[in-house]
Amino acid sequence: MAGMKTIKSKNAIWAKMKYDRIAYLLALPYLILFFTFTILPILISIFFSLTDFNSISIRNFIGFENYVRLILNDDIFIIALKNTLIFAAITGPIGYLLCFFFAWAVNEINPKLRAFLTLCFYAPSISGNAYLIWSLLFNGDSYGYVNSLLLKMGIINAPIRFFHDPKYMMTICIVVVLWLSLGTSFLVFIAGFQGIDRTLYESAAVDGIKSRWQELWYITIPSMKPQMMFSAVMSITASFGIGDVISGLVGFPSTQYAVHTIQHHLQDYGGTRFEMGYASAIATILFSIMLGSNLLVNKMLSKAGE
Amino acid sequence: MTHKKLNRSLGGNIFVFTIIGIFAFFMTIPLIYAISNSLKPLNELWIFPPRLIVSNPTLKNFYDLFNLMSASWIPFSRYIFNTLFISICGTGGHVLLASMCAYSISKLRFYGSKIIFRVIVFSLMFSASVTSIPNFLIITKLNLIDNYLSIILPAFAAPLGLYLMKQFMETMIPDTLLEAAKIDGAKEARILFTIVMPIVKPAWLTLIIFSFQSLWNSGSNLFIQSEELKTLNYAISQILAGGIARAGVGSAAVVVMMILPIVVFIFSQSNIVETMSTSGMKE
Repeated sequence: MAGMKTIKSKNAIWAKMKYDRIAYLLALPYLILFFTFTILPILISIFFSLTDFNSISIRNFIGFENYVRLILNDDIFIIALKNTLIFAAITGPIGYLLCFFFAWAVNEINPKLRAFLTLCFYAPSISGNAYLIWSLLFNGDSYGYVNSLLLKMGIINAPIRFFHDPKYMMTICIVVVLWLSLGTSFLVFIAGFQGIDRTLYESAAVDGIKSRWQELWYITIPSMKPQMMFSAVMSITASFGIGDVISGLVGFPSTQYAVHTIQHHLQDYGGTRFEMGYASAIATILFSIMLGSNLLVNKMLSKAGE
Repeated sequence: MTHKKLNRSLGGNIFVFTIIGIFAFFMTIPLIYAISNSLKPLNELWIFPPRLIVSNPTLKNFYDLFNLMSASWIPFSRYIFNTLFISICGTGGHVLLASMCAYSISKLRFYGSKIIFRVIVFSLMFSASVTSIPNFLIITKLNLIDNYLSIILPAFAAPLGLYLMKQFMETMIPDTLLEAAKIDGAKEARILFTIVMPIVKPAWLTLIIFSFQSLWNSGSNLFIQSEELKTLNYAISQILAGGIARAGVGSAAVVVMMILPIVVFIFSQSNIVETMSTSGMKE
């Protein structure tokens, strides 16, 4: 009986698929490209990470040797891992909160001024590599804007080499990344705030909500949950993908690996040394960290306030 | 304002507005500095200490950018053309393919569409840096090295656009409307292009803007190796690497680069916000 049932349901599925053939045709072009350039690379990475493929010799299956080497024998990778986590732990949450706070604050303002301020906050993230202007502002000689100000005010005697002195490199990179962080999440929040039903606030005022802060906590945040979850994904993914901005500012590789991230390590082994197997192991680890932290935060957000 | 202002104290207003004001100012300083620098004549660039605002603005840097550069390097206009070409083709294909797929997933709900959408949501959770190395191998296998298709084809299938379009269609297009059209004998493709697409205009405008921005900003990568095929982003980092000596021309290049996305955003802000209103994640 059970066998009959599966055959029957298989036929039903087949019939439905045949009936939906137009739907498949419409979806197919996108899905083929999506598979080729997004899913297939992940599968290739996972597979190659178990080999010693280096684009010269034939590849051998070596199990988890690459991962063992990464964690036990590669000091630079440990630095990169540490830096990546520091960057993500600082720029992710702060960037997220900045998006939330400014979207909320801007929402209180009349529409014309709101549109203008939205532009001011959003502009950096869409201005391409305008962030390289920071390298002029913080230029390492006395013609750098910040250095010249500090020199003139007598705070320092010699210009600070912001992009080459490990003491300052991480801080300056974090500042620039935060400057760039009011992107998609910011717009999502703005839309979220505008979409909240006004009558909720009016009835809440009757029910004894006293300040805008209480309003925010008891009404706004609970009604924005879907937007908060989507923004979190955008912010977290962005906070792990900042390697290019860092390279643009301090060069690659950075002085004493002070701001070396997993992304740079990946670029080093994959793009420069062509050790594809090893690079694939690095990519797989980065992939797992990104996916893992996204899923974790999403789970936490979906539980919050329930 | 039609609604009543509730729970607002003067002190709180002043506090919030002051913070926004200060931050808005600091956010825009680097951009103002770029614009100001791009207008500075050579002698002002070498003033110590450097000034934030230009006193004798000139367009000489822009002139140099477009004319003098052509003598020694690839003409700057070539980089602009390359970038425009990639951006326009990539964006056009992305909007078309993503809309078709989003319609199919959100409204035709074929067998397997739920799981496919889940995979697409997962793909928002990692950035392109993870896939760059295997993508290089794939692009090589497809024989697309030094071909714009190596940038354009992956852009067609950007997951964010599909996600936003699918969410918007799901919320904005009632099933009854599609059923009515089907009873009238309209084919799926026709329904998509004549009924659905006009309704989801804010969404495809948003897709155009997002895709255009990311392609316009696409930098140097392993796929494009010939100098004359490279993009604006690459050219600018090369110019700015020259330091203060090229600060004026470099800033002019930055201004050229940022002006287009910003102007486009000014005109499309309300559409983007409308699209984002349906972008929330349900689970």
